[in-house]
Amino acid sequence: MSKNALIGTLLDEQATVSMSEICLACSCRSEWVLELVNEGILEPQARERDEWYFSAISLPVAQAAQRLERDLGVNIAGVALALELLEEIRFLRAQLQQP
Amino acid sequence: MLQLNSSSQNTEAKLFARAHYVAPAVNDALVYTRTYNTWRTRENDPCALAAFFQVRHSVEYKDYYKIMALERGASQDEIKRAYRKLARKFHPDVSTEPDAEKRFKDLAEAYAVLRDPEKRAAYDELGTNWKAGKEFRPPPDWGSGFEFGGSGFDTRDRSTYSDFFESLFGQRQGFTYGASADRHFRARGEDHHAKVQVDLGDAYSGATRSISLRTPELDQSGHVVTRDRTLNVKIPKGVQQGQRIRLSEQGAPGHGGERPGDLFLEIQFRPHRLYTVVGRDVHLKLPVAPWEAALGATIQVPTPLGPVDMKIPVGTESGKKLRLKNRGIPGQPPGDFYVTIDIALPPAKSDTARKLYESMRRELNFNPRAHLEANQHE
Repeated sequence: MSKNALIGTLLDEQATVSMSEICLACSCRSEWVLELVNEGILEPQARERDEWYFSAISLPVAQAAQRLERDLGVNIAGVALALELLEEIRFLRAQLQQP
Repeated sequence: MLQLNSSSQNTEAKLFARAHYVAPAVNDALVYTRTYNTWRTRENDPCALAAFFQVRHSVEYKDYYKIMALERGASQDEIKRAYRKLARKFHPDVSTEPDAEKRFKDLAEAYAVLRDPEKRAAYDELGTNWKAGKEFRPPPDWGSGFEFGGSGFDTRDRSTYSDFFESLFGQRQGFTYGASADRHFRARGEDHHAKVQVDLGDAYSGATRSISLRTPELDQSGHVVTRDRTLNVKIPKGVQQGQRIRLSEQGAPGHGGERPGDLFLEIQFRPHRLYTVVGRDVHLKLPVAPWEAALGATIQVPTPLGPVDMKIPVGTESGKKLRLKNRGIPGQPPGDFYVTIDIALPPAKSDTARKLYESMRRELNFNPRAHLEANQHE
């Protein structure tokens, strides 16, 4: 079974994604990704030639940001606040699970 | 009966996409995925559409007002307010409600109809005799006299709408596909999202998980067939709760020669009988006897990497955390394994036990509430 197993990319802190990968996955323009950067939602890690690179955890963050903006009608600052609070709630919930 | 195959010259083939929540998968991996459902209809012909649904689908009526908790006469402002309020409550990125995804999907669909005066009027035209969940067929003359513009939402949004929505508003929108399709239409396939449940042990050692996805798609003659496909996916060592694995080009097929979308798998740990997980750290509540805690002991502790002998220092209080470094989920840096001491009370059911407790009471002069008394005078 493991012979034919698909090997995906784990989107963790070790992996990187480029600006164009984020744009492709979110069907968005690079200006929108730059807005996320300016708001501190995403943090570029490196710039090579003309391309920005981000930690791969940025990809699901950008996708969530897009859903929140589109579905809840919040602006980017509101998205940033929501994402931060959600992260804090996730952390606190995990703490609650602890013995 | 409506001929839906390619022999019908006037049939305009259309592809509509919608998402599905998919059933529990084989090999106890629970996944859901957004998949495509496709069918063809004749354009601009409500009768043909109704016939189509009669033969192909049992469509359930949806009460959009009820979904949004609104009266039928609600104003546009009230509709917007209700949407925003419920969206914040049920948005899958925000909500912890167990059925949030379904509730939000229904809500988005209800809002797409009620926010748009033309669609709302057409929907209201159906009357109030329909009951939510009952089988629905659009009346033969329904839809004439209404113009549905393409504005207000895009194809990406509507890919998640129900059969009911498509039966009402599907025939005038969407994009063409199939034999008579617009050959200029090109688009990358849609990304699919699914959750995969893994065991904590998979994060320690890596694993291959088998994931079942049900993908309704269009066969050569334009009929909807559900294709079950099973993917064997490598779960890499060191995964954490909530992380995503991206499988390139395993999403929906592309159109016009474009590449397929990707499949994103969200990692979810199956709850463990013993351990809880925070990031890469793993926690265990360890019951110890009062004398083990008081006198110190070496106790065998189960960890996901196998049992470990752990030294409990003399005088360890209940609730104290002891750390086994680097015995959490592997990674850079690896997580730690935490043991929380939980002093268990030996029952005083036998005479011997009672005598022991009584002798402790007499001889220990122990007051667990000394600090409470001291505080009273501060």
